[in-house]
Amino acid sequence: MRLEPKPAPSFAATLLYPLGAVAATLVFTSVLALLAGASPLDVFLLVAKGAAGSQFALMETLTRATPLIFTGLAIAVAFRAKLWNIGAEAQLYMGGVATVVLGTGALPLPAPLLIPILMAASMLAGALLLLGPAFLKTRFGVDEVVTTLLLNFIVLLFVSMLLEGPLKDPMGMGWPQSIKVLPEARLPRIITGRRLHYGFVLAIVASVILWVVMKRTTLGYEMRAVGHNPEASRFAGIPVNSVLMKTALLSGGLAALGGFSEVTGLKGNLTSDLSANFGYTGIVVAMLAMLNPLGVVASAIFVAGIFVGADSMSRAAGVPSYIADVMVAVALLTMVTAIMLTRFRIRWR
Amino acid sequence: MSPTPVLRLHNITKRFGSLVANDAISFDVREGEVVALLGENGAGKTTLMNILFGHYVADEGTVEAFGKVLPAGDPNAALAAGIGMVHQHFTLADNMTVLENVALGTQSLWAPRLDRKEASSRIRALAQGFGLVVDPDATIGRLTVGERQRVEILKALYRDARILILDEPTAVLTPGEAEALFRTLKLLVAKGLSILFISHKMHEVTAISDRVLVLRGGKLVGERKTNETDSRAMAALMVGGEIASPKVEAVQRGSVRFALSQVSARPPAGVPLNNLTLELHGGEIAGLAGVSGNGQATLAALMAGTIAPSSGTIAVDGREARSWTPRAALGAGIGRVPEDRHAVGSIGDMTVAENVISERYRTRRFSRFGFLDWTAARRFAEELVRDYDVKCPSPDARIRLLSGGNMQKLILGRALDGDPPVILANQPTRGLDVGAVAYVHSRLLQARKRGAAILLISEDLEEILALSDRVYVMSKGRLSSPSARGERSVSELGELMAGRSEDALHAA
Repeated sequence: MRLEPKPAPSFAATLLYPLGAVAATLVFTSVLALLAGASPLDVFLLVAKGAAGSQFALMETLTRATPLIFTGLAIAVAFRAKLWNIGAEAQLYMGGVATVVLGTGALPLPAPLLIPILMAASMLAGALLLLGPAFLKTRFGVDEVVTTLLLNFIVLLFVSMLLEGPLKDPMGMGWPQSIKVLPEARLPRIITGRRLHYGFVLAIVASVILWVVMKRTTLGYEMRAVGHNPEASRFAGIPVNSVLMKTALLSGGLAALGGFSEVTGLKGNLTSDLSANFGYTGIVVAMLAMLNPLGVVASAIFVAGIFVGADSMSRAAGVPSYIADVMVAVALLTMVTAIMLTRFRIRWR
Repeated sequence: MSPTPVLRLHNITKRFGSLVANDAISFDVREGEVVALLGENGAGKTTLMNILFGHYVADEGTVEAFGKVLPAGDPNAALAAGIGMVHQHFTLADNMTVLENVALGTQSLWAPRLDRKEASSRIRALAQGFGLVVDPDATIGRLTVGERQRVEILKALYRDARILILDEPTAVLTPGEAEALFRTLKLLVAKGLSILFISHKMHEVTAISDRVLVLRGGKLVGERKTNETDSRAMAALMVGGEIASPKVEAVQRGSVRFALSQVSARPPAGVPLNNLTLELHGGEIAGLAGVSGNGQATLAALMAGTIAPSSGTIAVDGREARSWTPRAALGAGIGRVPEDRHAVGSIGDMTVAENVISERYRTRRFSRFGFLDWTAARRFAEELVRDYDVKCPSPDARIRLLSGGNMQKLILGRALDGDPPVILANQPTRGLDVGAVAYVHSRLLQARKRGAAILLISEDLEEILALSDRVYVMSKGRLSSPSARGERSVSELGELMAGRSEDALHAA
């Protein structure tokens, strides 16, 4: 079996293969629904309704999508330069830590000053965290998959330590949580009574800016060139190592903004369950979006919708909400296969 | 009449997408015969060989060996039928001995151990019988390229091959090693083996073959008895018309534009250079001949800026370079054509426009305040496409989709943009068809005429001799003294390429 590149993918193929991927995902999850003793059609309808069936549901989905957009962007920019950042989870937490350290009273400033400062501080914290692995990679050839992945556990334990120690809320009834950030640090809600906050708007703005950076700027050009062919880039005079460092700063900063947005927009304080695996799910989001920053918004909303919808479906139909994980995973696999099939044809022997 | 055919190809057709690599090719090879398969790069020679040996499956047609049809896509069946193949790129394990490499795969996996004694005596017998002198206990990694090729041939003979296929066997050999190979092939034929010899070098084909088959554009366009034809006729068949050799006009030699003095370099991988001194004059092409892997890559990397000297100085137009990087080399005015246009010269998944600005995207011409001017980039790509006669659908096409010749023209255009005073052309025509080769040569000669200093690195001695005003030979990381056009004969250059010292050459 071998893959032969197709000279030019036909329009029908670019349309049909992704549709086939969606169909395959539905078929596969139908089997699981049947195994759980529910009607597949009911399950899908309940998921759809739970994700977007009402204003409340839609707002919840968008709220859930917000951190995924940030981590998805972080992954998209890093993977574009072939910097395999698996540590968005840790960078997100570092963003949360920076926000709480400075936002709970250390800087008594009005909101228009405080919020930008907290944003900058959290981005810096996330960026610095990824700088270490990037330095080890460029200088000594240490595999960044390993270093960034392991940093996730180190940072999570570090956060637990902070929450049991210096950052612990004395009024928190013993729970490992920080005190709430100042009211001036809070991102306002978009609609009163709903949880959706301006972090979502910030995420959209970030994705548009990143799209412009990738398409129009010399930095975006350098990152894409280095990702596609580092050797040719080096030959052409592109400073490969410095581009990788810049990519790391940008990627770490974007993931950390997710932490900032969750703390100031949603939770109000830092806890050790600030992230529901947003750093890892961000990888799926970025891959589904084919690393396109604007696509990240759509794929983050899609993935968030499945999770939010599956939660409400599981209450109604009695099917475990873990089916959401399977759906997202299968959707990713079939979509990646579909993308490959539009570009290659398989030859058996 | 002639003996019976041992190998017969019938109506072989192979398509890759819309490209027809082999179009209904039929021919046969008889016992004790050397058949040369002649054709330009891209004519379909290698595809045909891969079908013959079972690496590819033909879309149509059959291969017969000794009267039996071979199952398609099964190299083991080809081996069992007595077909042996010597690839252009050797398939030997560097860390194992000659004996182990030759015996590899001939014994059952369940055999407790290799019967070294018997294998060794068989190898020695074969080696002596056919002039393939090599020590069975030597490690492959320590052998020269010529010796490795002998091991490849021994490998085939050890498996009782009756038909030997050689894919561009002389590409990596010095002229002297090639002679030895031809002597071996004659001995093999005398013993009744049949040989299919793939080449694009005319003089080899005339020297060794009984019959010539000419491939062009995937079709068999001619079949001649070698003694009834001549190289001009064959070349015309191969190209489909007459070819003009490049006209080298007399140009006044200029001042030194690029100089390496006492330069040493230790690349992370590759041949180190010691105390190398080289001066390139304006209006002159300096040719660097040599068998690949003798330090040319290090010298090219040094000139391109991808490695910095560990000692010594580099000066462009008399100005000594301080820090030496690709960007510094570009800034100093060196136009660079890299050896490998796919891995180093271009970024396959980026567009033509994105590729042509890769060395200059930071200049005011293509960007302002960090924002790229894609209109200017596209305009530049269109200019190059027009000026260099590149066949390319649009500046937004991925460069991967272009043919080798068109890609090379773009890389050349990028390197020559702005008329750089110094040009590094490393294997600029490797793998190109005759038309593209002539084009690249004419562009280099044009640059020479306007006063550029050019270093031409090539493994093709004919190319070096045709273009160069002075010829250097590189062997084991050392540079010979230059010789003016016609000063040294081909065989003298060959001796230098094989590593003989100049003193030995003068003494002889």
